Amino acid sequence: MNASVTMEKSLDVFAIRKQFPVLNRKVKGKPLVYLDNAATTQKPQVVTDALVNYYSGYNANIHRGIHTLAEEATLAFENTRDMVQQFINAESREQIIFTRGATEGINLVAYTWGRQNIQAGDEILISTMEHHSNIVPWQMLCQERDAVLKIIPINDQGELLMDAYEKLLSPKTKLVAIVHVSNSLGTVNPVHQIIESAHKVGAVVLFDGAQSTVHLDVDVQEMDCEFFVFSAHKLYGPTGVGILYGKKHLLESMPPFLGGGEMIKEVSFEKTTYNDLPYKFEAGTPNIADVIALSAALNFINLTGKELIRKHENVLLKYATAQLEKIHGLRIIGGAKEKISVVSFVIDKLHPQDIGILLDNAGIAVRTGHHCTQPLMDRFGIPGTIRASFAVYNTKEEIDILVTGLHKAIKMLA
Amino acid sequence: MIENETIEATENEIVEEFSLFDSWDDKYEYIIDLGKRLDSLADQYKLDENRVRGCQSTVYLAADYADGKVFFQADSDSVIVKGLISMLIRVLSGHSPDEITEAKLDFIREIGMMTHLAQTRSNGLLAMVKQMKNYALAYKIKHTSTI
Repeated sequence: MNASVTMEKSLDVFAIRKQFPVLNRKVKGKPLVYLDNAATTQKPQVVTDALVNYYSGYNANIHRGIHTLAEEATLAFENTRDMVQQFINAESREQIIFTRGATEGINLVAYTWGRQNIQAGDEILISTMEHHSNIVPWQMLCQERDAVLKIIPINDQGELLMDAYEKLLSPKTKLVAIVHVSNSLGTVNPVHQIIESAHKVGAVVLFDGAQSTVHLDVDVQEMDCEFFVFSAHKLYGPTGVGILYGKKHLLESMPPFLGGGEMIKEVSFEKTTYNDLPYKFEAGTPNIADVIALSAALNFINLTGKELIRKHENVLLKYATAQLEKIHGLRIIGGAKEKISVVSFVIDKLHPQDIGILLDNAGIAVRTGHHCTQPLMDRFGIPGTIRASFAVYNTKEEIDILVTGLHKAIKMLA
Repeated sequence: MIENETIEATENEIVEEFSLFDSWDDKYEYIIDLGKRLDSLADQYKLDENRVRGCQSTVYLAADYADGKVFFQADSDSVIVKGLISMLIRVLSGHSPDEITEAKLDFIREIGMMTHLAQTRSNGLLAMVKQMKNYALAYKIKHTSTI
């Protein structure tokens, strides 16, 4: 699609809302206002249809069967791999590994590449704003290998301190693992600078794209990162599917993660030879139905147009920020210059959980708590925040309902 | 609490009180009010061992034993959780360990607050109930074994 044409078009949000059946439901007698998209997005009808069609039309185990159903299922499954390859512009389809989620992707790298490459005294860099999924696997690896986990600090706006990052880098740095977009703050991290500097000291870079992939154009070749992980359910797709992208020479040199069917070439009790990429990392029967349904989600995004989606979400973020800032005693956490789709805030003297319960009572779904980023909450000296996060189907009217709901909750709790 | 009133009788009272509310807003306003009126826990009780960890809010729960009965005190940084705890204290405090460990606490479901009980990760209400029963059980064991 021509970019200049896309810019002039605007999103028909009401036509889009019609594709998401759940948006018609009521919660506590009120129309659902779903603003918890950073946790998981709702699914368009095409995704549910793809699941149903698979199970009712051509359910079969893939790759090994010679019958028609197995062939159809294999084709559909592998078609998703091709679509994902295009979606993030990977060099080849073999570099797209299906996992259970972004978390498993990170763990896979920690267990295979990590155990092969991290030695005593080596350093792994992560940032203050990491999700626990991008902290704990590295902590475990560092403990096992007597390696050192170092933390890149952030400023009060929730942006990485790049000078501090540069200073932390050294020949000891073997890996830099950083979130692309913060799930708690919406901060977009400067990928190019992070990767370029890491490469200068010979470090490998992993990006956690769980929050970013649905909003930003991801081009792993242009980024030049070694690993990139994300999950399907945050991009209008089903739960239980994640993607690990890796540079080919690394994936080839890494040992398998799990042993079993699918990942082998030949097995005898004396010796097993492993299958080629990507199957080496896909032991056992994969999540066939959900992988197939992911292609419907990617189709939905491609047809809607990522640029239009992003433009729409940016309008919502700006509007929400302006409206929320008017609320007395409300403080937004995270004011990065580069920020998308998430607004996190606290309200003076009120507990986020109480606000969340009362908003739910008004049909409004937000997330409250530490968002699996406890070290980040500690950095800001707060137990948690209230987080509203936006998707393609949200509207300004819904933000108005949120603001009204907040006023009411504050009044009830005051 | 009326002296010698059974746990079930107090539960029924609460269910009756809630039946007067027309809307969820009214229910929450009442719970918030209960939360505000529950005395804050004295600092001496705010110990790590009295802390019931939930994912979002912090709850402190302390218990004392006198004349064969268990008495609870609690606090939380969430006023709604505090209100819910206040109801649990009203129902359970001042009863014998046996009565407490056997309490079914059906009122939580009947007043529509089951979601708060089920969301163990978010506010630890289930953990609270368990902790109250654990205290009762501990006192029971302690006081039957020394007799």
